[in-house]
Amino acid sequence: MRAWRAHPLAAAGAAVVAVVALAAVFAPWLAPHDPNAIDARAVLLPPSAAHPLGTDALGRDVLSRLLYGARISLLVGFVATGVSVAIGAPLGLLAGYLGGRVDAAVMRLADMMLSFPTFFLILAVIAFLEPSIWNVMLVIGLTSWMGVARLVRAEILSLKAREFVLAAEALGVPPLRIMGLHLLPNATGPLLVSTVLGVAGAVLIESGLSFLGLGVQPPTPSWGNMLAEGKDDIAFAWWLTTFPGLAILITVLGLNLLGEGLRDWLDPKARR
Amino acid sequence: MLGHLARRLAAMPLVLLGITAISFAIVHLAPGDPAAVAVQMNPRVTPEAVEKLRAYYGLDQPLWKQYLLWLDRLAHLDFGESFAPDHRPVRDKIAERLPVTVGINLLAMLIILALGVPIGVAAAARPHGWLDRATTVLVFLGFAMPSFWLALLLMQWLGVRAHLLPISGLHALGAASMPPTERLLDLARHLVMPVIVAAVGGIAGISRFMRSGMLEALAADHTRTMRALGTPEWRVRYVYALKNALLPIITILGLSVPGLIGGSVIVEQVFSIPGMGLLFYQAVMMRDYPLVMGITVIGAVLTLLGNLLADLAYAWADPRVRRGLVR
Repeated sequence: MRAWRAHPLAAAGAAVVAVVALAAVFAPWLAPHDPNAIDARAVLLPPSAAHPLGTDALGRDVLSRLLYGARISLLVGFVATGVSVAIGAPLGLLAGYLGGRVDAAVMRLADMMLSFPTFFLILAVIAFLEPSIWNVMLVIGLTSWMGVARLVRAEILSLKAREFVLAAEALGVPPLRIMGLHLLPNATGPLLVSTVLGVAGAVLIESGLSFLGLGVQPPTPSWGNMLAEGKDDIAFAWWLTTFPGLAILITVLGLNLLGEGLRDWLDPKARR
Repeated sequence: MLGHLARRLAAMPLVLLGITAISFAIVHLAPGDPAAVAVQMNPRVTPEAVEKLRAYYGLDQPLWKQYLLWLDRLAHLDFGESFAPDHRPVRDKIAERLPVTVGINLLAMLIILALGVPIGVAAAARPHGWLDRATTVLVFLGFAMPSFWLALLLMQWLGVRAHLLPISGLHALGAASMPPTERLLDLARHLVMPVIVAAVGGIAGISRFMRSGMLEALAADHTRTMRALGTPEWRVRYVYALKNALLPIITILGLSVPGLIGGSVIVEQVFSIPGMGLLFYQAVMMRDYPLVMGITVIGAVLTLLGNLLADLAYAWADPRVRRGLVR
């Protein structure tokens, strides 16, 4: 508890993330209506007691769709980041520990991917595959592992000169065991920070893709495609474009605060 | 300096090769022959176009030869023919849209520098003061703000409600018959919102880097020496520390190019601006594969050029690199 009090921003971020996660998990119980129920008599209603955040052009309840959208956003955010960590962490580990040619090859590959307009790459891949939630997660993961790899590598470089690693080496512990048992567990802190920040980035990319109609496909509600649908009625239904955007902003803000807060917490020296 | 630049230049063809390899891999990502996929995914593709696609990629050849053939065509700026009914060369389609996208992004970069640098410097003047706290909040908001939502909000409030700015395109309806100054003003009014949307993330990032760069420079030994020698504080801060803090900004600006170019898809789509980003979006939606591939490669080349320019500027601006003292 004391740690949370010392890092109020991280606590605020954690609270926001917890609320969004709970909303996502309990969406079926929290939602006042079926998110896909079309009601021709309740089209484009402003917020009211029956529909706290109004209804869309098909008479669907915006609050219910927003709650179900939280499921999609968090699912894509976490799975995509999981993919990027699953690729980036081993690559960074190998590059950092083995050094030499492996290091050079991994880092050049990362540099190359970083100099690609990633959003173009993602869109191009989606154009060749079907736009679906699974492809979106996979592609976001495949194009965002570079930061994780660099971070893990830097961490390993400083760890591998430490006495406990040298001792393990002197005792003849095989390299794979050293990497998996001695190095990686000691890099979990920074990895956790980059995972949290990675989820924030993935949520933003997914909402952008869905906004363009290339991510989560309607009628499945996602915050991005809700904004795209609301765009047509922007002149007379402000609630359609306000709430989904606010949901994205708050979620990403919460994740960023949590990530930055964790960074401060784990490494007080780096705080300025 | 020459050695440093030579190394950077020598790395470029390699990176370019890697980028084309990744793009090439994407074409072969989908199961089956790309031409067959094209037919399956896009019923509008004529048998004739499929034949052309087969010929363009040399699909009857082994993979490595296909890649080399494609590279050869790219080297001659031959990107093939669009699947769209007009069947125009991809090169021409990109060429007419490119200036719009490059122009908007250059303007965005100017704004990023013009706002981000002073904000960062001001925040660093009094760390944890009210200005610093306020800008920190804005920076976090800027990072978390989805650009398309910001675009929609601006459209809604400045465009639809207040009627202050036009919400789409680059020109008003009768722009062609306007006198030159009025036309320029019309163009500027159309550009305000897209440029703001493109610049917001960059402003947040640059101001953050500028702030930490200034604090670092102010805490450095040479700054203490300077103060001890009696240099006036404003000179210490706004000449020497500023110079040191500005240097890494060049690199950061170069690194922000991919984001800006990628972001142009969203900006141009929301504001219906006829640039390369909108062209790319339409190509993806229509599954116009030659156009998708062409723009992907051009986008990557633009990014590389941006990075190279940043390297050149850095080498020119940093006396240590200029005189060959480091690297």
